[in-house]
Formats: sequence, structure tokens, C-alpha cells
Amino acid sequence: MELISVSQLSVDRRLQGISLNLCAGEVLGILGANGAGKSTLLHCLAGIQEYQGEVLLQGHPLTRVPERQRAQQVGFLPQSSQSAWALSVRDVISLGRLPWGDSNTEAIVQAATATGVTDWLERPVDRLSGGQQARVWLARVLAGQPRVLLADEPVASLDLRQQQVVLDLLRDYAAGGCGVMLSIHDLSLAARYCDRLALLHEGRLLALGGVAEVLTVEYLQQAFAVDAYIDLQGQPPIVIPR
Amino acid sequence: MARLITPVLLVMLLLVTLLSLSVGSTAVDVWAGLLDFFNERQSLGAIVVGDIRLPRTLIALAVGAALGLSGAALQGLLRNPLAEPGLTGASQGAALGAASVFYFGLFPTLGAAAPSVAGLIGAALALMLMLALAGSARSHMVIMAGLAISTLCGAALATVLNFAPNPYAMQELVFWLLGSVSERGMDHLWLLLPALLVGTVLIMSQRRLLSGLSLGDQVARSMGLNYRYGSIMIVLGAALLVGSSVAVAGSIGFVGLLVPHLLRPLVQHRPERLLIPAALAGAILVCWADIFVRLLPPGRELKLGVLTSLLGAPLFIWLVWKERKQWN
Repeated sequence: MELISVSQLSVDRRLQGISLNLCAGEVLGILGANGAGKSTLLHCLAGIQEYQGEVLLQGHPLTRVPERQRAQQVGFLPQSSQSAWALSVRDVISLGRLPWGDSNTEAIVQAATATGVTDWLERPVDRLSGGQQARVWLARVLAGQPRVLLADEPVASLDLRQQQVVLDLLRDYAAGGCGVMLSIHDLSLAARYCDRLALLHEGRLLALGGVAEVLTVEYLQQAFAVDAYIDLQGQPPIVIPR
Repeated sequence: MARLITPVLLVMLLLVTLLSLSVGSTAVDVWAGLLDFFNERQSLGAIVVGDIRLPRTLIALAVGAALGLSGAALQGLLRNPLAEPGLTGASQGAALGAASVFYFGLFPTLGAAAPSVAGLIGAALALMLMLALAGSARSHMVIMAGLAISTLCGAALATVLNFAPNPYAMQELVFWLLGSVSERGMDHLWLLLPALLVGTVLIMSQRRLLSGLSLGDQVARSMGLNYRYGSIMIVLGAALLVGSSVAVAGSIGFVGLLVPHLLRPLVQHRPERLLIPAALAGAILVCWADIFVRLLPPGRELKLGVLTSLLGAPLFIWLVWKERKQWN
């Protein structure tokens, strides 16, 4: 089932004529160099960036879906999160219920359990390490139980173990019948964890499709101006600059 | 603790109100005086308690609540514990408006309420200028535009002081600016109350936004909260509260900055839960400070705004010190 369908999406000069879709149960990776438009694309889908073109959320134009209803359907994890106040982990996760206007304890406990943060529920979030915080921010989005989860570079600045934890979580979430779209710089991780990839270059969609279709020497040369070593058959797959 | 804070503050508010009604240079029976006042019976008690202490107490409470609430709301909106109600430019605008009365003799028919009316108009003008200049309610734009308008009003105020027609007008103006709730009547309260009510409603209607803004405006907007509309409502509400309180009582410093800061740990740092306690504690603090002013030996009166600054500044220094130790 198609959760999100984007056609001819443009934002000033930052994005031009993007068309893609996100289906239930899949993880779609958004790739591209810095400034290619990954974050802008995710912002459009999260409803916090104006755009030209059409975005359908489960068949309905996104701009016509009431904001609160949209927020119940689409969860957004920004690139960098920070709490202005020393909120407890429990309070941060509860914020995920804001679009619903309730404090669904079950959803909150479920999100905390899935992300493995139950031991620190009463601790102030600003006293946790970067990796621990990343899981709390993710738990906040999961508590809202969105059908579509948008994550902007969720594993940037995380150590290897935390990268694995967060990406496994996102995979599991998609497996439950939801759609996950994430931007990611690590192409090896993208190859391992994503079902499909979209490669952006200077605001345009350069390639869209399965991992092997997108991660080719030619496309990577064009998008990142590097000669890449690609081994998609290996376990795990490897994509690194030569 | 978080649940107890509001009831505890309410009890303290009641106690400080009663204390304020009973403290003064004349010893009178508070209850008898109040009864006489409400039954419109002429007596010494009715005059002292009803005509003098009651308005003074209620104005102190209202001004304190306005400052505490607007401080808490602005700190939440701007995500900055150092945000201060004066930041919107409204308080300097109010001061300038009031100063113009002393200088130009505006609104002669309004008598003692003239500075307050002019202050309200000044606050409203400063606020409109600030919002027009900021263009949106993005926090750094509000801070910059607020600072610009504050500076402009401050410069105009300095000019008014510079060219004061006579030393008495200047003295009157300076004393008024120092902040006080004495010699105010019920008509001042009627000026303050509507602004207090509207400002409070505006701010309280945006509690969800304040809560979501803890994680930044991107997250708040992605959670379906209308940041643009909501933040304008909060700035408007805060400016109404501050403008009207400065218009009635002059500038009373540090309450709006310190009260939310001190209470924050008691409400688990949640910005939306801070609002009501900050209003109550602001009211208690200003009323308490006013009682203290009245208890000082007779003679030249220590102005309320001077006292809150004298008490607030060391407290602020202590807070900075505490913060520094946390980072070391």
C-alpha cells in the first residue's frame, strides 16, 4: 500500500521536480551530498516546508489534511534534537503524544521499551550521552505511533553500536506495516538497511530504485564526485570511496 | 511536589493578601474594615482597609502575577531562561507613554490615572512597532526587534528627562519610573484587569505550543502545532501583561526573570506547567516586597521597583554562580 506519493515536488531552487513514493513496510533511504536537498525533502513531507507540486498522504493531498491529523500520521525526527529544558526522559517521550492530545501510557511504555530507554525514564535527558539521547528522541517519535516515520540523518554522530541499534529499530518499525524514510550519509549502512534508495543531486532526483540500481560507480561519481568501491554481495555490503 | 505546588502557592497567596491588608501605619481591625467597606458604611477601618490597602494589595498581586506569567511564557517561547518580559519593548514603551504625561500634560481629565492610560497606549504602540519590525515571531527576531524598540523608547525617554520642564516634573517622573503600587486606587485596578485577563487567556491558550517548543520549533510544527500564530499570541499576551503592569506600577525589575527561573525545577522543568505557579509566585513576591516597603521606618519611601532590583540582583548573581559551578 502506498503511504506517501510525491510528484513534481519543487522548493525554490533547492528541490526540482522530485517524484517518488513510500510504501507500507519499506525503508526508503534518501542519499545525496551535503546540500543536495535531503532535509528539504523530508521537511516538505513533514509539513514544515512549503512546496510546489503534489504530495499525497494515503491518497489525500498533504496540504488539505488538517495539521493535527497529519501529525498523527507522520512522525518527524529532525537532524539535531535538543531539549531547551532539563525534561525527564519520560516527559520527552510523552511529548510524542501531543498530536493526539492524550497521554497514552501504553504507547509511551511501548516506545520506551522498543528503544531500550526504560532504565532512565526519570533522568533528565540532557544528562544522557549522545547515543542515549538519540534513542530518546526516536522514542518520542515512536510514541506518536505514526504510519510514516521520517528521520533526518538519524545515525549521524552515533558510534557503531548505536548506529546499529537505531537502524534495527527503524527496520523493525517498518516491518510492522509502517513506512520509514530516512536520509543517511553512510552508503554501506544504506545498502544494508534500506529496501529502496533515492539519490539526490543538486535538488534533482538522480536515481530511484533498488539498492543495486542506485549504488553504481557512475551515479556515485556524479553525485559525490568520488570513485567508489562497491561490493553489494558481501555480508555486510560495502560502499566506500577508493 | 509538582502537583502540590499550585495549592501551596494559593495558600501562600491568601496568607500574604491577609497580611498585606493588616500591615500599615494605622492599627485597624481588617475584617471589620472590610465589612464596613463592602457594606458602604463610613468608618476609619473602611477607609484604611478598603480605600487604601485593598487597591494597593490587589494591584501588587495583579502586577506580580502579570510579570511572573509573562516571564514564564516568554522564556518558554524563546526557549531561553534569560528571556525577560521587558524584552518585547512593551515596558519601555509604557514608560515612555507615562513619561509623556508628566512632560506634555496629556489627558488632564483623567487625573491620577493619566500616566497609566498613556502607558498602556505607549506599550501598545511599542508592541505593534516591534511585531512589524520582527516580521514573524521567530525568537531571535523578537529579541532583536524588541531590543531595537526598547532602545528607541529608552532614547526618547532620556530625551524627555533631558528637557523636563522643571525639576519637580522630573522628580515625579523618575519616582514614578522606579515602580510603586502605593497611592493607587481602584480605577488603576480596572485599567490593569482587562489587560491581565486578555493576556492570560492568550498565553494559556498556547500551552500545548509551549510544551512542544521544548524540542524546538521544527519538532513543534511537525507535531501539528501552529508556531507562527501561537507565538504571536504569546508575544501579544506577554506584552499586554507587561505593558499594563508597567503602565500602572512603573517598572518592577527581576520578577519576570527570576520567578520562572526559581520555580522551574519544582515543575519538572515543563514550560506549560510553569505558567500558573509563576503567576502565583510573582503575585506573592511583589505583594511581599510591598509589605516590606511599608514596614520600613517612615520618611522617604523606598520604591518597590528599587527593592525588587536590590533583592533580585544578588539572587541573579547566585544563579549565575550556581550555573557556572555546574559547567566546571
